[in-house]
Amino acid sequence: MITCLGDALYPAVGESAVKVLRGLGVTLDFPAGQTCCGQPAFNSGYPDEARHSARAFIDAFADSEYVVSVSGSCAAMVRHHYPGLFPEGPARRRAEALAARTFEFSQFLVDVLRVDDLPIAYPAAATMHHSCHTLRLLGVKDGPERLLDMVDGLDYRPLPRAQDCCGFGGTFAVKMPMVSEALVDRKVDHVLETGADVLVGLDMSCLMNIEGRLRRRGARVAVKHLAEILAAGWRE
Amino acid sequence: MRSPERERFDATVARTIADRRLQDWLADFQALAQEAHDDALGELDDVEAWRDALSDVRAHTVAHLDHYLEQFAANVEGHGGHVFLAATAADARAYVRRVVREKQARLIVKGKSMVTAEIELNPMLEAMGVEVVETDLGEFIVQLTGEAPYHIIAPALHMTLGQIRDLFSREAGSELPADADALAAYARRRLREKFLAADLGISGVNFGIASTGTVILVTNEGNGRLSTTLPRTHVAVMGIERLLPDWQSLDCALTMLTRAGTGQRISTYVSAITGPRRETDEDGPDELHVVLVDNGRSRILGTKYEPVLKCVRCGSCADFCPVYGAIGGHAYDSVYTGPVGAVLTPLLDGLDGHVELPYASSLCGACRDACPARVPLTDLLLELRADAVRSGRQPASWRVGFRGYAAATTRPSMWDAGVRAAATLARPFARDGFVRSAPGVLGKWTAARDLRAPARRSFRRRWRDPSTQPGERR
Repeated sequence: MITCLGDALYPAVGESAVKVLRGLGVTLDFPAGQTCCGQPAFNSGYPDEARHSARAFIDAFADSEYVVSVSGSCAAMVRHHYPGLFPEGPARRRAEALAARTFEFSQFLVDVLRVDDLPIAYPAAATMHHSCHTLRLLGVKDGPERLLDMVDGLDYRPLPRAQDCCGFGGTFAVKMPMVSEALVDRKVDHVLETGADVLVGLDMSCLMNIEGRLRRRGARVAVKHLAEILAAGWRE
Repeated sequence: MRSPERERFDATVARTIADRRLQDWLADFQALAQEAHDDALGELDDVEAWRDALSDVRAHTVAHLDHYLEQFAANVEGHGGHVFLAATAADARAYVRRVVREKQARLIVKGKSMVTAEIELNPMLEAMGVEVVETDLGEFIVQLTGEAPYHIIAPALHMTLGQIRDLFSREAGSELPADADALAAYARRRLREKFLAADLGISGVNFGIASTGTVILVTNEGNGRLSTTLPRTHVAVMGIERLLPDWQSLDCALTMLTRAGTGQRISTYVSAITGPRRETDEDGPDELHVVLVDNGRSRILGTKYEPVLKCVRCGSCADFCPVYGAIGGHAYDSVYTGPVGAVLTPLLDGLDGHVELPYASSLCGACRDACPARVPLTDLLLELRADAVRSGRQPASWRVGFRGYAAATTRPSMWDAGVRAAATLARPFARDGFVRSAPGVLGKWTAARDLRAPARRSFRRRWRDPSTQPGERR
């Protein structure tokens, strides 16, 4: 699952995920019917419109054994919200079946592939933002850090208050801009506190938000998806 | 066109965010409250089992509310108390007015009660010429400033020691030290006089125990006991959903309320009041009146919003909410602040006048995770947003936009064309792949952040091109 942001704004993240997963021996497909999971509409109070997107999404992945998402919030949308979008019956069962096969990228590596060793070197000082939906709806806690721990040369600095929301919240960022800005400023302050050169994340919406503010504040911190770190440092 | 309440909201939010001292204090407060909450709940063997137990008993009680209300009322009356079921705030106020008149009360002491603020009781009493004194220290303070409470359990959270010193010094008519103990001592002296002289005491109810008709009060200051024992008449005002079936469930509810809300294993005082003074009692009021307030709660029963009635008013949601930490309590424009306020206020008072509340959330879920009663706050906020849209309270342009977006998501070729168009449109505005100033609604983003421009070639284009396929060819 490349996601709408992954397709349009962050194709390199998807490419990195493909490289890493293939490197780990996974056979990949990109069902062309996928576009957006419908989360933007759903979160703004348009569940009917979201349901249209969800139906197309479920159809697109009908034949996929596993669906690996490069964004945690999109995986969470499928796992947590898709079933409830449909009335009880075959449509809901299909949604539940997709939910059961859908994983966020780091979750797939840790829980399904059970990766315990990675041929990766990436010398840099790095910190990580946990992303609310990935943390709270998917329950992804130490997995990503375990993966970063396998990276040679990575100087990992825990982010203070990593569990705090970055303030994106979808349309919240433009509906409540003052509050969103206050939250992202706090997040940026914490990132800068660590002295890290790289901020790593699991969700492109959060990364887009934090990166945008880091740049505006003139901070020289690179922002990378976990897959980009793993792909860049991959030793063939 | 911004509604008047949205203008007020924005003004309050702007003021709060610009107040650096308050922002730092709210951040410190939340960090302390979160740690206390986590530590106290962490002492329990299996906190998730405790949360399940609280959620289950509260859900069960709410699902059978008529039965438990009847049982509670019968037991209160059986012990010699009076019970009045008020359908509306006006009915509740009218009953209290009758009792106050009948008792010719001139001075009333009040324990902390959110529901009495909800029904706007104090203004009515004051209009009757009665002196009403809030006895919870935080409520006492905001009563003097005339402000709404800032937090469900910490009404004066936003005030500094210096501000309280100034306030009390004005009241005292002399300069008091900016010392917490000295200021608390002043409040204690003032309140002592009032407790001893009061004709009538009004309290809230933390929990009503149906099996024995008992009113449970949870305080740290003892004002609950003093205001309900010394005056001759006690009026307890309770939201109809604040019941528990029995004392065994009280063990669970009390444990979770104090540990989650203040990080305490138990509050300093837990008062259990069953009926007015009996012949064999040393003290207690001659009369007990329990006013059960509906005021829109029964409308919530049987709907998708029913889970919010499980709330035990611990305040954890506000303690964990990043939005609350930025906007503060007054932005909610309601006696109920924080995430649960954002859900409850539109439900009790209607969406009109509160339509910004369900949107004042990034849906991060910290509140849902913190709630000891497992109220699914983020899901309820989403439902309110859907209701706001369905009832035409959101701009039509957004619906058009999302319909168009939905159409594009079901047609990959249309999606692809849209992505390419966006990339082309953005190009002249972008430098280094980022846009610094975007038009329209995106301008709200670029006012504070750079906006990543769409990539030259989308992922699906790269995938389709064998020369850009990483690793093995498709």
